[in-house]
Amino acid sequence: MLEQQQRYGFELREEFERSTGSTWPLNIGQVYTTLDRLERDGLVSDLGTDERGHRYYAITEAGRMEVAAWFSTPVAPSTPPRNELAIKLALALGTPRVDVAAVIQTQRLSTIHAMQGYVRSRREADKANKAEDFSWRLVLESLIYSADAELKWLDHCEEKMLTMAKPSVAGAGIAASVAAPARTRELS
Amino acid sequence: MSAPGNRQLLELAGVTKTYGTGDTSVAALRDVSFSVDEGEFVAVMGPSGSGKSSLLALAGGLDTATSGEVFIQDTPLGSLGLANLARLRRRAVGYVFQDFNLIPTLTAVENAALPLELDGWKPAKAHRAARNALRQVGIEHLAGRFMDQLSGGQQQRVAIARAIIGERSLILADEPTGALDSVTGNGVLEVLRQRADAGAAVVMVTHEPRHAGWADRVVFLKDGRIVDQTALQNDPASLLVNR
Repeated sequence: MLEQQQRYGFELREEFERSTGSTWPLNIGQVYTTLDRLERDGLVSDLGTDERGHRYYAITEAGRMEVAAWFSTPVAPSTPPRNELAIKLALALGTPRVDVAAVIQTQRLSTIHAMQGYVRSRREADKANKAEDFSWRLVLESLIYSADAELKWLDHCEEKMLTMAKPSVAGAGIAASVAAPARTRELS
Repeated sequence: MSAPGNRQLLELAGVTKTYGTGDTSVAALRDVSFSVDEGEFVAVMGPSGSGKSSLLALAGGLDTATSGEVFIQDTPLGSLGLANLARLRRRAVGYVFQDFNLIPTLTAVENAALPLELDGWKPAKAHRAARNALRQVGIEHLAGRFMDQLSGGQQQRVAIARAIIGERSLILADEPTGALDSVTGNGVLEVLRQRADAGAAVVMVTHEPRHAGWADRVVFLKDGRIVDQTALQNDPASLLVNR
């Protein structure tokens, strides 16, 4: 943001929140602490205070290089991944008297409900079509695709579980020959 | 699952559909009961072979139930002769097929106008309505093209235009965004959503969870049975995500 123009602390906070769809609120003290640290490291310079008491900052050449490096570096996935849902399903599989299919379905309904909310909110934002909502729409898209991935992963888990639960082909054949002959079979 | 005050447009009452007989019979739907009101958008999800497409075919009167009854606007389809069933389908039901079912020797506007023309509309009036439907799905400029001059995604949008033309009260769509990129797919879902908001009942089969997010209610099918469904969202505002 300082690459675009010189700014003061409150202005930086406003611009950051606008750019991130207000999904990452900052407190002003945090902004000034960060500016002090950046100045100490030579990445920004303090331009002094104007007549209204606003203390302006500008980016330095070292700061520009740091920004370029940040944009050219991928965001690393957290290691090890701590996904509560994955852990819950893994534990459910090994815990007696836990209906894993029910755990999956409960999660599926909850995630679909959240998805409905994200889609509805994005549609509202699309209808309003305000330039300043662009970041908010991107955030909602990110939530929609994350929920979509989670639901597909739940389908995958369910399918895997069914495969694991099925007896071997030979066993299934014996079971079928012992059971009464089915009058109907199911589409699959 | 009905919203209070809304008229029920589609009902499946204890519907079973079995293909074939004896040892080789296949059960596609088993004792399925569900209804859709005017203004409601329902997504149907489930694994391959769970009966989703069979449910849609029965709901649209394209196939008949082995037992149970399907009602459209309170009319039991089983009581209708072929001519009356065809008339009800033309007037009340818009159907988007997975493989489009467009007529290759007709242009896009002629394909979209076909149900109205078959229903006795004058061609000029039917074509005006068809152009309007093509505009809603973003391809009015392709109105004069034949099917072999259109991409798969464009043909899919012609099929959707044909389904929404003439203010049909029940729209049934089988994977309507299958051949479309995500932006165009969202455009199609927006059209279906708008039709529901304007009072139509929309039932969409989809395997894409993010598309099901457009619906008011999601019904899950498995092995020919409804195994679960989300609660009907009567208060859209309650779903909005806060910033």
